[in-house]
Amino acid sequence: MTPLLSLIGLGVVLLTGAGILMFTSRIRNGKASTIRLIPEVSRLRRALGLSVEAGTRVHIGLGNSPLTNASSTTSRSGVNTLLGLGLASSTSDHPPLATGGDGSVSLLSKDVLRSVSTETNTRDLYDPDHGVLTGVTPFSYAMGTKDLMRDPGLTTNLLVGTFGAEAGYLSTGNDSPDKFTLAVSDSLVGQSVFFAAGSNVLIGEELFALPAYLAAKPSFLASLKVQDILRLLLCLGLVTAAVLKVLGII
Amino acid sequence: MKLVNIIVAIISGAIVLLGYFIPNEGLQSLRTPLLNWALILSGIAGLVAIINLVFMVHWKKLKEPRTPKMFSLVVLLAFLGTLVVGIISGPSSVSFKSIVTDVAVPIETSLMAMLAISLSYASIKILQRHRNFMGFIFFFAVIFFLVLNTGILAFSTDIPLLRYLLSGLHQLPVAGARGILLGIALGSLVTGIRVLLGTDRPYNG
Repeated sequence: MTPLLSLIGLGVVLLTGAGILMFTSRIRNGKASTIRLIPEVSRLRRALGLSVEAGTRVHIGLGNSPLTNASSTTSRSGVNTLLGLGLASSTSDHPPLATGGDGSVSLLSKDVLRSVSTETNTRDLYDPDHGVLTGVTPFSYAMGTKDLMRDPGLTTNLLVGTFGAEAGYLSTGNDSPDKFTLAVSDSLVGQSVFFAAGSNVLIGEELFALPAYLAAKPSFLASLKVQDILRLLLCLGLVTAAVLKVLGII
Repeated sequence: MKLVNIIVAIISGAIVLLGYFIPNEGLQSLRTPLLNWALILSGIAGLVAIINLVFMVHWKKLKEPRTPKMFSLVVLLAFLGTLVVGIISGPSSVSFKSIVTDVAVPIETSLMAMLAISLSYASIKILQRHRNFMGFIFFFAVIFFLVLNTGILAFSTDIPLLRYLLSGLHQLPVAGARGILLGIALGSLVTGIRVLLGTDRPYNG
């Protein structure tokens, strides 16, 4: 990396960090933060409510990305979504079930489930076996998770993480009216498979917005705001560069 | 204790991040062992999770009455077999690697082949599930680009206007993919920085 690129990169990181801190502080001080309505998330909330009412369990599949590669933020977002799910379904007698395709993500999901049980005063319902590794390769993970998803006591499924072509196995066969599945992946292959085979699909960066919708924590909402500003700046930059290129200036 | 966790996490993250941007020898000498420790911890986490899967999930299933036991038995036998052969011959042994890949690769390949059929069926039913504008766009885009990529319009290279038009159309999926990837990159950046700042603490239990 050239020194200029390093400097730009560091500048972006510092500015983003400053933006998150600033918006977090504003939201903590009572400045309202509105977020746009995502129909799929509204349907998820409804499914969560029905699941709590019916006494069934919610499942979240965290994909098979480890915490040590570039896709680790996707797994982190999935784990934050698990936190949101746990808080949103805290009145249920059945805490969420989390499946992962990597050991570190599975251990982290156990930790988050414990944290949720402490926060919601449901420590007696905490079971470390609700954060489980179902397979260490994409297809073995999909097969192990699919086996758990067949459980009739599991009516709401959330697939949030890195999924490739194996996503087809997880999103097909869930068409029964009493089951709800919402899926999102950071991989283009996974996204297209989810869109072709599933009914409720989120696209692209909505994966990182999901925790803010489920657990309206100030830091989640602030990062959503910063993400929107960065997207706007990026769009402006791309359009300006395209215009300058057409005009022959660059 | 929680405060110590947060401080250690923030300092470690900051060292690794700064080491990426600033080519300083001092930072590099701190960054490399930190990354190595992370990899070792990740490996141990994998081992712990596999032991949990084998003994807490499948072993439990074998002992429970009225639960299907066949798949759990296969998992346990395969795990023990792989473990014993791996310990005796070593993980880098050619014969051990060959045994593992000769089982894993054909199974995963056949799963992929089955997936092609189930996805084709799902694609046919897509208009039933997504009866909206985006569903129609997706369906017709799939058909259109499948046809376009078969080379059926190869004669267009002789017609200047059609050539430019098709060249532009070929760029459309690339542009869409880049748009999605940029969104994901921004989300990743923000999530990573949130962890670095300590406002997002998935590690404090």
